[in-house]
Amino acid sequence: MKILITGISGTLARGVAYRLVRRGHQVVGIDRRPWPDVPEGVEMHQADIRKRPAEDVFRLSRPDALIHMATVTHFTTSTEERYRINLGGTRKLFEYCHEYGVKQAVFVGRHTVYGATPDSPLYHTEDEPPLAGAAFKELADLVAADLYAGSALWRWPELNTAVLRLCYFLGPSRGGTLSGFLSKNRVPMVLGFDPLYQLMHEWDAEEAITLAVEKQLRGVFNVAGPPPVPLSVVCSATGRRAVPIPEPLYSSVLGRFGFPYLPDDAVAHVKYPIVIDNSAFVEATGFVPHYSAKQTMEGFRWN
Amino acid sequence: MSLIDDPQVRRNVERLPIEFDDYGFDRFGLSRKALVRAYSPMAYIYRHYLKVTAFGLENVPATGRGLIIPNHSGGLGADAAMILTSLILNDEAPRLGQGMAEYFLTRSPFARPALRKLGHLTGLPEHGEQLLHDERLVLVFPEGARGAGKLYKDRYKLVRFGTGFMRLALKTGTPVIPCAFIGGEESFPQLFHIKWLAKLLNGPFVPVAPQLVLFPLPVACQVYYGPPMSFEGDGSEPDHVIQQYVEEVRHAMERLISTGLDARPRAFMFERMPDSDQDQRP
Repeated sequence: MKILITGISGTLARGVAYRLVRRGHQVVGIDRRPWPDVPEGVEMHQADIRKRPAEDVFRLSRPDALIHMATVTHFTTSTEERYRINLGGTRKLFEYCHEYGVKQAVFVGRHTVYGATPDSPLYHTEDEPPLAGAAFKELADLVAADLYAGSALWRWPELNTAVLRLCYFLGPSRGGTLSGFLSKNRVPMVLGFDPLYQLMHEWDAEEAITLAVEKQLRGVFNVAGPPPVPLSVVCSATGRRAVPIPEPLYSSVLGRFGFPYLPDDAVAHVKYPIVIDNSAFVEATGFVPHYSAKQTMEGFRWN
Repeated sequence: MSLIDDPQVRRNVERLPIEFDDYGFDRFGLSRKALVRAYSPMAYIYRHYLKVTAFGLENVPATGRGLIIPNHSGGLGADAAMILTSLILNDEAPRLGQGMAEYFLTRSPFARPALRKLGHLTGLPEHGEQLLHDERLVLVFPEGARGAGKLYKDRYKLVRFGTGFMRLALKTGTPVIPCAFIGGEESFPQLFHIKWLAKLLNGPFVPVAPQLVLFPLPVACQVYYGPPMSFEGDGSEPDHVIQQYVEEVRHAMERLISTGLDARPRAFMFERMPDSDQDQRP
């Protein structure tokens, strides 16, 4: 199968590319960022997904499947730019898929789109609406992209679309949202709260994305690995120090005193859990995570 | 392990039919360590202060899902605590009852993680379903907060029942175990409620009892478990059918309550219930 990966220079995407090549697939990649030591079997195009050269890749390479991972988070980009890349880019790619006869599209989204609220149930299922945009404006563009990707299911029924809502991952590449939160020695907790965090090993996440393409998944799927653990356990198991901070002071310490930076609205995600039910994905793909929460977290310890 | 940990509680927590991970947490964030910590003082109160006797524990399934449906009384949640303790201290087959917590509690700092560690999630129907699918024992007070806030003059009168528990039982094919808690009304006889303070605290009510402190009197209490009741259906039945099932449970509870009340020599009994051959003391 010829598989196009957008955002291929990202840490998770590189791993997916390696996996697909190893399994005998042809991989084409697009990214604005370079991938200097691109492995054999991967055809790399340094381009912007919203620009003409990206469409040329579709026209000339004629991929069978698309894995869309070219989304950015608030850590790197301004709001306007995020909307352009995450929503505008997603829209363009799905239109290209339709136009150039791609059979399978996998959108790799995040489980944080469900939002963290005090009264929502644990174990979100796919039929619940993603509510994060209302309380966390930095996530609104990703929620919109997630829903737009899902709308391809009725917009272009001939295109097999899978929307993955991937939980946090940790791994040797030290990429991803949770790695950013754990990037410093001290982790800011909110005093009196200790939410459950659901995380999986980076390699299991790569495997799950690979499976989604190979099994030609169709629909919206939550992707998670081992059961969740409290944030305090995440801190202690990864060798970080959990520092409880009274909520009124929380936003003023972020980015200072050795704490990582977070947008103001992120505080809800440190107070309340976002836990997803992955049974539909497991049933559709037979996915079994290789690494337990303990192995994943201890692999992420400081030296 | 610590000195204040109760040996029977520790032993029985180890035997619970629940899967814990490498860190002693289950998939809902329940903590084995927190269970021992919290139930140890409860076991002391159970044995020596409220002198609780439990009857009919054989009606509680040793494993698998179940819904415990008790009457609510006493305003402080001492009834819930003692019912849960009786389940843990049952040496035949210790079980953990998991409650459905009030929204105002799971929004509060400290209370939220503390409740989660003891297995009590926000009172959402989804949570009940998730727990029962995981073969847990769920405790639901069908009277809700209005039952807990009963005044002494209305003691042991069941107020209006919610129907959520019955739909949950039908949807998940769960047996209903009716339960009666006796002594709660005497240990904390509520004379009136301070409404403005409740509003200020954003809680359901603030009760006032003769002892003035928010702690029960050492009145001996009893817990009665009735035989499990199973109902036919899938939870999509019209209201009148559900209501009829709920009435059946209500009658079973009323029978248990009147049996319990008749069995006591007097209401304000400060010594352990006599003739208790099924005594749960270690």
